[in-house]
Amino acid sequence: MSKARDNILSRLRTARPDLPGGELEKTASPPSSTPNQRIEQFRSHLEAVRAEVYLSGRDEWVAELQRLAQEKRIGSLLYAPDGPLGSAISKGWDEQTKPHLKWFEQEIDNWKEPIFFDTEAALTSARAGIAATGTLVLWPTVEEPRSWSLVPPIHIAVLDTSHLHDTFESLMEAEAWHQGMPTNALLVSGPSKTADIEQTLSYGIHGPVQLIVLLLQ
Amino acid sequence: MTRSLPENRGRSDVRFHTGVREALNDPQIRANFRSAMDGLIHKRRNAFPDPAALERLRLRSERIRANALSRLPELLEQLEQRCTANGIRVHWAETVEQANEIVLGIMRQHDARMLIKGKSMVSEEMGLNTFLEQQGIECLESDLGEFIIQLVGEAPSHIIAPAIHKNRQQVARIFRDKFPDIPYTEDIEQLTRNAREILRKRFYQAPVGLSGVNFAVAETGTLCLVENEGNGRMCTTVPPVHIAVTGIEKVVERLADVPPLLDILVRSATGQPISTYFNMISSPRRPGERDGPKEVHLVLLDNGRSRIYEDPELIATLRCIRCGACMNHCPVYTRVGGHPYLATIPGPIGSVLEPQKAGLDRLGVLPTFSTLCGACGEVCPVRIPLPKLLNRLRYEGVRKGSGALPGAGSRRGRNESLLWGLWRWLHTSPRLYRAAGRLATRLRHLLPNRLGPWTRVRKPPRIAARSLHQLAHDQEFDHE
Ligand code: SF4
Repeated sequence: MSKARDNILSRLRTARPDLPGGELEKTASPPSSTPNQRIEQFRSHLEAVRAEVYLSGRDEWVAELQRLAQEKRIGSLLYAPDGPLGSAISKGWDEQTKPHLKWFEQEIDNWKEPIFFDTEAALTSARAGIAATGTLVLWPTVEEPRSWSLVPPIHIAVLDTSHLHDTFESLMEAEAWHQGMPTNALLVSGPSKTADIEQTLSYGIHGPVQLIVLLLQ
Repeated sequence: MTRSLPENRGRSDVRFHTGVREALNDPQIRANFRSAMDGLIHKRRNAFPDPAALERLRLRSERIRANALSRLPELLEQLEQRCTANGIRVHWAETVEQANEIVLGIMRQHDARMLIKGKSMVSEEMGLNTFLEQQGIECLESDLGEFIIQLVGEAPSHIIAPAIHKNRQQVARIFRDKFPDIPYTEDIEQLTRNAREILRKRFYQAPVGLSGVNFAVAETGTLCLVENEGNGRMCTTVPPVHIAVTGIEKVVERLADVPPLLDILVRSATGQPISTYFNMISSPRRPGERDGPKEVHLVLLDNGRSRIYEDPELIATLRCIRCGACMNHCPVYTRVGGHPYLATIPGPIGSVLEPQKAGLDRLGVLPTFSTLCGACGEVCPVRIPLPKLLNRLRYEGVRKGSGALPGAGSRRGRNESLLWGLWRWLHTSPRLYRAAGRLATRLRHLLPNRLGPWTRVRKPPRIAARSLHQLAHDQEFDHE
């Protein structure tokens, strides 16, 4: 198929029209906001698409998470013992009550069936948040694989408010994403949804039906 | 899924006219599209409250796309090199046949009998489903709208909302016919849940997933996908093999080009501040990682794009980011829907793009599916001058001799060109013009009652007894 490659490239090279290139100016960035404004913006955008957002203290969130999960009658919760939330969970979790904690070892072949058909909820950390659009930024890791935030019906994400940025653009710049991208980077802005029937919004199609965000401050 | 294109001109416009008439006479189609397009127009308007900010963002997005096109060959090479370094296998296809063969080859390598698909207009362009099914491979659409129409063997009627021509009762009946075990419902949320249950099992089993690409970033070798449903993430995360298919024009230079394009794409398409998911894929599963496809393939398809690239005016066609806003705002599209265009992409951008690919001899009628009202050009997020391009293609269709475009000049009719020749002759000589005017008013009663298609639904025009010149003369106006 390298013949196809050479043909296409040589056609493009000979045909190249004279196009004005020119510098790309940036759109004026919005005036920078206070942390509280960012939290409010983040929360209101997410709530507008039926996600649930809870503010919690950095020391109390584990107990609050467990209370919340009980309220929602979640029987068991998938989490990553070695992930960034692992040690806080194992320290603060009350093993006597629900939900029971569970985790998966090794590769997906070993847990494809349980994650599809026998996992109610999964907990992951979020790398950052974007206030302007109410967006969670995930860079899945070895500890927190990418299907965990996708396959179970409930996804619970924990985000520290100190990682809230104004826009996708400012986040990308601040973290110099262009210097190295992970296997998969994700922006998640609500539970999965569709408007394919009569343009009517309906939640819970292929991804999570519920998205719950714990904001730590 | 894919319909055969009309073979060539002559009477082939008839097929289009038949489709248009059928659509216009179907009150369901007109109602479904009217309400859906009104909704989308309204949502888009609310998503851009500040017109000046919108103009700045459009200008910037246009520049980003134009810049990428101006360096297309270099950026494609860079994309290939970065993707390859990341472990993504890059394939090139000049034609849809080659692209289909590449996908088939990958399927065969893995002994795969089934392919689960996220939304991809390029795969529609390839006719991939039909092709693979002929080889005994099942293709399953997983986007809800695509899933619905696949059940009844129809083609998408909108690039963002493929099943927009169906209402909930029609969808409910399709589900009842195809899945008799599931209790009948017309509730949209319940229909959605039913589709979720049906498709979960398939995501779980599928050996290969296929997706399109919204932006391919040359700088980092990253494939970006915009979606709301999560089926795109499923197709690119769960099966052990992921194949992405894309047109060669989708490349952008830098990662920093992505946020503004994503922003204007989603707001123009659906009026949301952002899509539920934005999925950026830069490599297959790396050593130690526990899920994600072990192989990622990228198929770069030309299929006529490099020819469009040659024309300094028509190259603007390739800036398109497939938001669908031009069709949402098109008075013609809104009345007939996507099917009468008999092409993969309908609406104004389809009328510009498809004849350039298939030839004006086959799809040259499409540029006339327009009132030239200008709405499409006004809303286009990358400022493609669609009305101008539609006009250009009308000209290319009837031009004298043949140009660089396939099928140029094929729509030129002898009578029509004679008539216009006469018109030009009369209008370039004042004396002839006056004589012809006098003759026309005198012989006005000889004008026939039937004037082709015009009088099918209208009265014929009547020539006045006295021309404007004569009236002005009677009123003693100074100059003519
Ligand atoms: S031509 Fe412009 S408005 Fe139409 S789909 Fe493409 S980007 Fe959107």
